[in-house]
Amino acid sequence: MEWFETWGLTLTVFLPVVGAVLLGFINKENEDALKRTALTFTVLAFLASVGVVVGFDFGGGAYNTYQYEVNETWIGAIDSNYHVGVDGISLPLLVLSTFVMVLAVIYSWNHWDEPKNPKAFLILMLILATGMNGTFVALDLVLFFIFFEIVLLPMYFMIGIWGDKSPRKVPGFSKVFETRLYAAIKFFLFTLFGSAFMLLGFLALYFESGSSSFGRTFDIPQLTELGSQGFFANPTFAFFVFGAMFLGFAVKVPMFPLHTWLPDAHTAAPTVGSVLLAAILLKLGSYGFIRISLPILPDEARNWAPFIAILAVIGIIYGSLACLAQTDMKRLIAFSSVGHMGFVMLGIATLTDIGINAAVIGMVAHGLITGLLFFLAGSMSHRYHTREMARLGGNIKLMPVMGGILAFTAMASLGLPGLAGFWGEFMSLVAAYNPLDGLSLGVFRTGMVLGAVGTVLTAGYMLWMLQRVNLGEPSAEWEGHELHDVDRFELTAWVPLIILIVVIGFYPKVIFDTTTDAVTSLVEMAFGGDTTASITSVVKGS
Amino acid sequence: MSNLLILAAEEGEHVIGAGTGGFWGDTAWIMLVSPLIAFLAILAFGKRLKNQGGEIAVAVLAINLLWATALFILNMTEGVLDASHTFEIARIGSDIVFELGWMLDGLSIMMYFLVNLVGLLVFIYALGYMRGDVRVPWFFAAFSLFAGAMLILVGAPNLVQLIIGWEGVGLASYFLIGFYWDDLDNVKAGNKAFMTNKVADVGLILGAIIIGVTLGSFDFATLDLAAIEHNEALAGVALAGGLLLFLGAMGKSAQFPFHIWLPDAMAGPTPVSALMHAATMVTAGVYLMARTFPLYENFLVENARPLMVAIGAITLLGIGLLALVANDIKKVLAYSTVSQLGYMMTAVAAGGYTAGLFHLFTHAFFKALLFLAAGSVIHAVHSNNMTDMGGLRKSMPTTFWTFVIGSAALAGIFPLAGFWSKDEILATLDFEGYQIVMWIAIAGAFVTAFYMTRCVALTFFGDYKGDAQPHESPRIMTGPLIGLAIPSVLFGLVNIPGIDWPGIQNFTAWLGVRVVGMGDHHAESIDIVLAIIGSVAAILGVVVGWMIWGRDRDTQEARDRFNVPGLYPLLHHKYYVDDAALGMVGATTGPIARFVDWTNTYILDGIVNAVGGATKWLGGLVYNGLDQLGVDGVFNGLSAVADSTGSSLRRLQTGRVQQYASGFVAGVVILVAVFVFVF
Amino acid sequence: MTSRLSKKKSERPYDCQLRRLATVVIVNQFLVVAAALFSMGVYGLLVRRNIVLILLSVELMLNAVNINLIAFEAMLNTPQAIGQVFSIFVITVAAAEVGIGLAIVLLIFRNRRSANVDELNLMRW
Repeated sequence: MEWFETWGLTLTVFLPVVGAVLLGFINKENEDALKRTALTFTVLAFLASVGVVVGFDFGGGAYNTYQYEVNETWIGAIDSNYHVGVDGISLPLLVLSTFVMVLAVIYSWNHWDEPKNPKAFLILMLILATGMNGTFVALDLVLFFIFFEIVLLPMYFMIGIWGDKSPRKVPGFSKVFETRLYAAIKFFLFTLFGSAFMLLGFLALYFESGSSSFGRTFDIPQLTELGSQGFFANPTFAFFVFGAMFLGFAVKVPMFPLHTWLPDAHTAAPTVGSVLLAAILLKLGSYGFIRISLPILPDEARNWAPFIAILAVIGIIYGSLACLAQTDMKRLIAFSSVGHMGFVMLGIATLTDIGINAAVIGMVAHGLITGLLFFLAGSMSHRYHTREMARLGGNIKLMPVMGGILAFTAMASLGLPGLAGFWGEFMSLVAAYNPLDGLSLGVFRTGMVLGAVGTVLTAGYMLWMLQRVNLGEPSAEWEGHELHDVDRFELTAWVPLIILIVVIGFYPKVIFDTTTDAVTSLVEMAFGGDTTASITSVVKGS
Repeated sequence: MSNLLILAAEEGEHVIGAGTGGFWGDTAWIMLVSPLIAFLAILAFGKRLKNQGGEIAVAVLAINLLWATALFILNMTEGVLDASHTFEIARIGSDIVFELGWMLDGLSIMMYFLVNLVGLLVFIYALGYMRGDVRVPWFFAAFSLFAGAMLILVGAPNLVQLIIGWEGVGLASYFLIGFYWDDLDNVKAGNKAFMTNKVADVGLILGAIIIGVTLGSFDFATLDLAAIEHNEALAGVALAGGLLLFLGAMGKSAQFPFHIWLPDAMAGPTPVSALMHAATMVTAGVYLMARTFPLYENFLVENARPLMVAIGAITLLGIGLLALVANDIKKVLAYSTVSQLGYMMTAVAAGGYTAGLFHLFTHAFFKALLFLAAGSVIHAVHSNNMTDMGGLRKSMPTTFWTFVIGSAALAGIFPLAGFWSKDEILATLDFEGYQIVMWIAIAGAFVTAFYMTRCVALTFFGDYKGDAQPHESPRIMTGPLIGLAIPSVLFGLVNIPGIDWPGIQNFTAWLGVRVVGMGDHHAESIDIVLAIIGSVAAILGVVVGWMIWGRDRDTQEARDRFNVPGLYPLLHHKYYVDDAALGMVGATTGPIARFVDWTNTYILDGIVNAVGGATKWLGGLVYNGLDQLGVDGVFNGLSAVADSTGSSLRRLQTGRVQQYASGFVAGVVILVAVFVFVF
Repeated sequence: MTSRLSKKKSERPYDCQLRRLATVVIVNQFLVVAAALFSMGVYGLLVRRNIVLILLSVELMLNAVNINLIAFEAMLNTPQAIGQVFSIFVITVAAAEVGIGLAIVLLIFRNRRSANVDELNLMRW
């Protein structure tokens, strides 16, 4: 399996796009062949990523060492290389990405939003897959940027073409927009706005590194090494570069107050689109913080950390409160993402190994849980043709299995201990109690308390949603409607998610054992020493 | 664990036995896992079985009871030293380790025994009670889920597993309170319970974090040791951590002012109320306090204990009074439960580790018995309301006698179980120097006897007032009643001060088998005076209650006379003279009870509803005002500006080429002019 | 040819200078004519409404350019005769342009029964 060492990641990343090209040659009418091809290639990509896991050395090693590394000259003129590799932080996210993609293809087997056209939709999905997988393995800033941006286009078209066609009144505009167009453009512009700054930041790093021993470089490991040596110490430079990258990543996460594209995009997107958006796209931002911002500009990260923490906590409370005002089920779930990603960002902002571990498991859990919630919301609006919670109710009586899964997922989403969502929230609160030495305890401990209050609000809106959607007597409107309970494609797509949610909930070791070495050594390298030393057991000695 | 043993021995604490429970101890995990398997199995196959999954649930608990009994007996006879089995589920770096496992010490083993024994009897009862009801498989599935979560909770060797079990029982409680979810009122009751608990859980989670991070471990063993060593790091956070944990305990154990969810929780089926909202789940708070007892005993005596005792005292008397005015038989029992939880909490908070847990132990049996008997009555008359009952002693003899036994035990009548445990609490309060609270507890004993007499009289004496044909319940329901009546009578005997039964160690001794000794007070002999005072209070309660309610009244008005005190006695002056003393009692206790009830309904519940409403309103404000108009408005505004600029500028595009060309020529001319004349 | 011209230059330096002076004077006159022609073209382009006439105006402008090219070539006498080459190039392109242009005009006229540019505002916003 020598060849897999070099080709494993490349296969994972590019198999989907090969599939997309093949799909281009298949007749539009031949839906079965289209779906089979798409499924084959996503499964192949998933298997490739599983192969990567199998061959992965969980022993870890120092930070900034990557496995399955490939480093070939790509654009010599700007010293940009095709440099890919995985470590414990990116591996879970990579597998999550390939895995959810398979489920998304299975789900879309018989769920096509208008105007159907499976061929185009599948091609977009596969391109999206390449972009997402690529972002998680890219170790070159240019490569990273390109994958990061590739993701935009398919999603833009998914929302813009297959999205919600209802009209939407936008304050400030006299005319009424189609929701899908409004959402798609908003999504695109927001992200592009952020990534333009991000690119500037990347370029600044490139030129600044010119005087280093590496020469000008876009290479993330090299920049990380420079960063850990304090190379980018100039405060003004660091401030602006961090700020520029912050904008790019914060929009994607999304952090308050740059989150407003998210509810619109999620609500308008077709089911599979919102699933992928929630499950994976949002993680690109927080992953960027962990992979790029923190290690390359560690000193500046210290300065920004309280600010990020404050925004994260505002996001938690704010997102939850906004959920309480929603009447549209999908929009409620979308806003819940703002809150959940707030916990992820709070964990990252602590700059400790506990916090960053919390962030990674939080990302994975949120991907599984919110992905599943969007699947459910999509399937329900397929059947009811409405997402208005006021018109729903008694769903569990009409569709017991669907209702049961919805209840389960809502419980997982509100962070019930024993399910995956708990660990991210709990651990980021743990981390916030004791952030990196030198960070303001006041800010972080207040954040911890507010975050804990946020969990109460989360429980509040989730239960309220269940009450309005699942429980009570079904409205008379649905009498005589034949509402099919979950079909086999839905079950095939959902059951793996449910199993994973439970497994990670009871045995988070599967994630933590992958991440912890990489995270600990990251923190050690970037912020010096074992930061949890201050909380080492006082009893252990006795 | 051996070093812990040595350490504990050096501390001079009592350490009894050194067993590990052998086979039973090593395999005790079966108890924690099997109900969860039952949960899945019932969901999967329940519908196809004869009893709709009930048989699975019962079988699993029966197997569990085998283990629990074995451990219980081993613990009583040989003594099982704290043995905990754990396996790692997560490790962050080298500092934070999360583990799951099961504890084998006096406290956990008592709870295993309690949960499984009462649980089994209630499950059997439920087979009969739920027959023909809707969604029976779901009932047994959720009930099994509860049993599993409760066992995970009481078996937890660390705070994190405790939180898992804690939220798990909360979830099961939510499911079962809202079991009849077709009616949104029940759903709301479930939501209220879950949310009230969730608010309190903030305390639990933050407390766990503060203590866990400070100690670098979430293990109870570590906490216990650090506490008895007066660890400095722990001392710094003990007050905050301890009070936060107490907040969590207040929520689950329905202490004032978090008690509001418990009466509403009666919306669930009666077996649920019996097992969860009386016998086991609600005692989790007391259990938590007992589990972390060294923390309180060593750090919080001066600064926080009076507050905690006060909250317990308010709960035990204040909420007990409410039982006097409730007409719903289950509400009476619910208020009574809150009041008894107040006793336990007061005791544990005051330093009476054994006293509180002993009451927890005995209370579980007779309160479950009372609920099940009440369920039997409800089953017969198809109403929760005591105004629809009366005279049932003839038609339902078994139910009647068991209910009376339960009531007597609850009231603390010698020599039933309740007497011994209540006496132990009084003795502890006396010993710890809380004399005022002790008198409150004695008053509480009076009130308890008072309202239980009312309940018995209105339900079983006088004439029947309902519509249905009352009949004794089937044997599958009366069997568990008898099964619970026996321990309600006998289990007080295990902890009589000064008496050691041959071959077994008394309750205090084996309950105290922990990593560190609990060092609490257990009297060497009975304090006769205190016992007599307590008994007199209880008997007085029965007598006065019987004088008021013992005789059946013809009219609704007469039966509710107590409910409108100041007014009714005045109107019926004759009656006032006849029973002057009783009127006095009515006139004094009544208004207080009414006042408390009013406060409860309008102030406390009002606050809760207001908080809920305000939060929702705030949500609306944040979303509609801040988010949609503010934050999103900024972005929409930006794009609107771009849009309007664009639409003005595009008017230049007329589509007439000649106009463009004119502009172009004009531009050239200007440029030429500039080049010629300027440069 | 290149070698012959360069030889001439080197043989008669003085004569060459004189000749250049003479051509400057003549070139000025040519430029005036070309400018006039160009202006007429621009005028026609801007004010005429008939597409055919506009095309003719464009031709005028092109020819004005051609005159300039020839005049400058005469003055500079470049070794590769660039001006002449370019003017031939322009003439060729102009021929092609007129060919395509007239074809378009014909189509427009067929479709819209008019060759008036004011009516052709499909490009409007």
